[in-house]
Amino acid sequence: MVLSRTIGSDSDDSVHSTFASRYVRTCLPRFRLAENSIPKEAAYQIINDELMLDGNPRLNLASFVTTWMEPECDKLMLAAINKNYVDMDEYPVTTELQNRCVNIIAHLFNAPLGESETAVGVGTVGSSEAIMLAGLAFKRKWQNKMKALGKPWDKPNIVTGANVQVCWEKFARYFEVELKEVKLSEGYYVMDPEKAVEMVDENTICVAAILGSTLNGEFEDVKRLNDLLVDKNAQTGWDTPIHVDAASGGFIAPFIYPELEWDFRLPLVKSINVSGHKYGLVYAGIGWVIWRNKEDLPDELIFHINYLGADQPTFTLNFSKGSSQIIAQYYQLIRLGFEGYKNIMENCRDNALVLKEGLEKTGRFNIVSKDTGVPLVAFSLKDHSQHNEFEISDMLRRFGWIVPAYTMPPNAQHITVLRVVIREDFSRTLADRLVSDIVKVLQELDTLPAKVTAKIEISEEKGIEYKTELEVQRKYTDAWKRFVANKRKINGVC
Amino acid sequence: MVLSRTVHSDSNDSLHSTFASRYVRTSLPRFKIPEESIPKEAAYQIINDELMLDGNPRLNLASFVTTWMEPECDKLMMAAINKNYVDMDEYPVTTELQNRCVNMIAHLFNAPLGDTDTAVGVGTVGSSEAIMLAGLAFKRKWQNKMKALGKPCDKPNIVTGANVQVCWEKFARYFEVELKEVKLSEGYYVMDPEKAVEMVDENTICVAAILGSTLNGEFEDVKRLNDLLVEKNAKTGWDTPIHVDAASGGFIAPFIYPELEWDFRLPLVKSINVSGHKYGLVYAGVGWVIWRNKEDLPEELIFHINYLGADQPTFTLNFSKGSNQIIAQYYQLIRLGFEGYKNIMENCRENAIVLKEGLEKTGRFNIISKDDGVPLVAFSLKDHSQHNEFEISDMLRRFGWIVPAYTMPPDAQHITVLRVVIREDFSRTLAERLVVDIEKVLHELDTLPARVNAKIEVCEEKGLVVDEGELDVQRKFTTAWKKFVADKKKTNGVC
Repeated sequence: MVLSRTIGSDSDDSVHSTFASRYVRTCLPRFRLAENSIPKEAAYQIINDELMLDGNPRLNLASFVTTWMEPECDKLMLAAINKNYVDMDEYPVTTELQNRCVNIIAHLFNAPLGESETAVGVGTVGSSEAIMLAGLAFKRKWQNKMKALGKPWDKPNIVTGANVQVCWEKFARYFEVELKEVKLSEGYYVMDPEKAVEMVDENTICVAAILGSTLNGEFEDVKRLNDLLVDKNAQTGWDTPIHVDAASGGFIAPFIYPELEWDFRLPLVKSINVSGHKYGLVYAGIGWVIWRNKEDLPDELIFHINYLGADQPTFTLNFSKGSSQIIAQYYQLIRLGFEGYKNIMENCRDNALVLKEGLEKTGRFNIVSKDTGVPLVAFSLKDHSQHNEFEISDMLRRFGWIVPAYTMPPNAQHITVLRVVIREDFSRTLADRLVSDIVKVLQELDTLPAKVTAKIEISEEKGIEYKTELEVQRKYTDAWKRFVANKRKINGVC
Repeated sequence: MVLSRTVHSDSNDSLHSTFASRYVRTSLPRFKIPEESIPKEAAYQIINDELMLDGNPRLNLASFVTTWMEPECDKLMMAAINKNYVDMDEYPVTTELQNRCVNMIAHLFNAPLGDTDTAVGVGTVGSSEAIMLAGLAFKRKWQNKMKALGKPCDKPNIVTGANVQVCWEKFARYFEVELKEVKLSEGYYVMDPEKAVEMVDENTICVAAILGSTLNGEFEDVKRLNDLLVEKNAKTGWDTPIHVDAASGGFIAPFIYPELEWDFRLPLVKSINVSGHKYGLVYAGVGWVIWRNKEDLPEELIFHINYLGADQPTFTLNFSKGSNQIIAQYYQLIRLGFEGYKNIMENCRENAIVLKEGLEKTGRFNIISKDDGVPLVAFSLKDHSQHNEFEISDMLRRFGWIVPAYTMPPDAQHITVLRVVIREDFSRTLAERLVVDIEKVLHELDTLPARVNAKIEVCEEKGLVVDEGELDVQRKFTTAWKKFVADKKKTNGVC
């Protein structure tokens, strides 16, 4: 008689499906490294499941950053995921692709280059790094100029509008440059060129104009700024330059507004940054900064890396990083070409108009954004007495949409807007659906007249602390307004 | 009678396979954006083919940066590729994962945290950004201190060894801090703690020690530096702190050298950076910086981003970036756990010793690296009269290996080394194969005695300008190389 004995398979975890195993019974480590390893399937499943509770990137209408690319490009990116971009000698083709992108973008911006001249520029992790590099170049150039003139150079400043993205504030604070902001006013949400030029003084290292304000998508009038600054420079002899923050607009204007003069066609524009991961149509993690020519980038800021004798100049804040986004940018530039980008931007603009008209038809909203500029729709309620934009934003989340509400920077902080960014992958169908969902939200809000006020009355009567959704929302709104009043930077969207 | 007519299909490119189409006959755009679109298959194929001429990342023995991850992790990374990490309100779980990584790494470094304290730290794109943030915090803290004392605060400096990675030079130049370097000497290739402490003055914002020098993998003696600096601080009252650049060593020392005191156990260590993409075993693009506690990170450097009322403090140079490396780092931390990392580091160390012994057996090399430290083998030729390390490096490329040769920084610039970094995916089989290939290269070089000299003699005799032979070009590189070093340019640009 053969006695068979089953071996206890408790310890053989590979037999159990993940959801049958002990790994889903224990709490994930949060603060300390666990002693033991766990199987890769379990690790994958647990993390994947927790990430389900993140928002859906494609429904995130707050962001300008690309959320969809063709599968062929995904394939290229995955194949390059283990290439460290900075190893120029080991990956010469990837380095070459970066150089080609820089040249292509420089020509798109009408950089004054001869036939065989190579452009001056670099790929960065995003517009934040690009702006810091451009600012550093201006600061160093200005310092050298002041030293040569024997003047003090310890108090540089930069003139921008109050609508700047937070990375300008970061640049100012980290690199010890004073930020002189031109305040906005109701109805005028970009930098006023006249006020900007007035603020320019001897210590101004540059004036920064934005092509595509994050708040309402508007393009600033760079030409007017250029013309006024040329006049002022002629009077003062200070030679103050311009930087154009074209993070969003740089991949829009050349395709659908080619007659708009904002780039190197204007003589005072010395550097431009653009986000490859916005309308460059690449996933998050890539930006570009282009200088007009070699003189605008002081040589002392450039480091020379030498590998086996091959000299490669570099000027970036980051060193090691992945190569995937560079390759993806080149893919997009050659895959789409001029006509491809043009078609996509025209589609975005058309869909933005569809959304805008749908909202106007409800009769409940003022449209704060313009038709030309970055394809987005910024809108606010006509009637604030019963409800506000934060409530609309909150209720839209139930449908899956993420539509942010913001207050404007000083001096327009009493204006709150909702903002929908139209990206490449926001089709007309989605636009129509969003309008119908907003209509549903409005209907629901109408049935709850001033619930917030009512709750306050009740709680005051009963002395109860209500922590309902709207109560919490109201707290947020108050805290929000307090933050703005304290002049903190509230606009942190890319 | 029906006359059929074939429709001309020239314009219907989707019929043609990519290599049959016109797209492979035209030159790829290099400087200007092309007017027209091309099919996605063609775009993919063309770029993919050109990239075949890049080196193979896994054979790139120059780099510390991870070149292999498990397929499950690749899957997670691809799924997260369209998530913009900075959208904290939209992706709260991804943000939470970052916070967990920060806490885990802080505990790994023995940060003095209570049970309910959360660690102070942030994920960055790499150690470069991490070091700049740490340096910025030191600079601002020092400036505040000097202002409070009514002293000048316009000439900050930082003390490091000459073996520092290029990002310290970048930090110094971009943020206007003077870099005071402790020079190396032959046989001593890291920062000497005594010399470093001597160089500390009132304007020193911090002393930076390296755990895992890029040149030879050595760990600097941070404990000794701490003890000497404690004494000096007691005398001077300057309170100079220490930063540890643990880019490589931070994910090695806690696992296989746990008794080595180099982290927050030493009281003067105020911040530490580590590269997640080196021995954190994640692909390029993630680093971590941890501060000892809140006081070491001046509040004025932190920005508060407000989305719908939720306040999130941030302190990074970069803003938008992909989320996948953060998720991959968390995957590795929970997938491997302490034992997993320990096993991998022990394997790396074993394989480094196998390689080292193989090289020693040839009898032709001096081993510059130590057994302890980052698992790498740095070696140089015993006899330089006929050939040099650059030639070996060049010839190894033919076998597919990328093994870099470097000259040491001042004052040891006459020493050239070859360096092989042992990463997780460098198995013993590959180590043995590399030794065999190096022996082949030595054989071949031996049959070509001093070819460079021979060429020069021939040219001089005949008065000819000989064609640019491979070794001639190599000699030009070597001479240019030495010139660069003599010009005191930073030669070591490897991460």
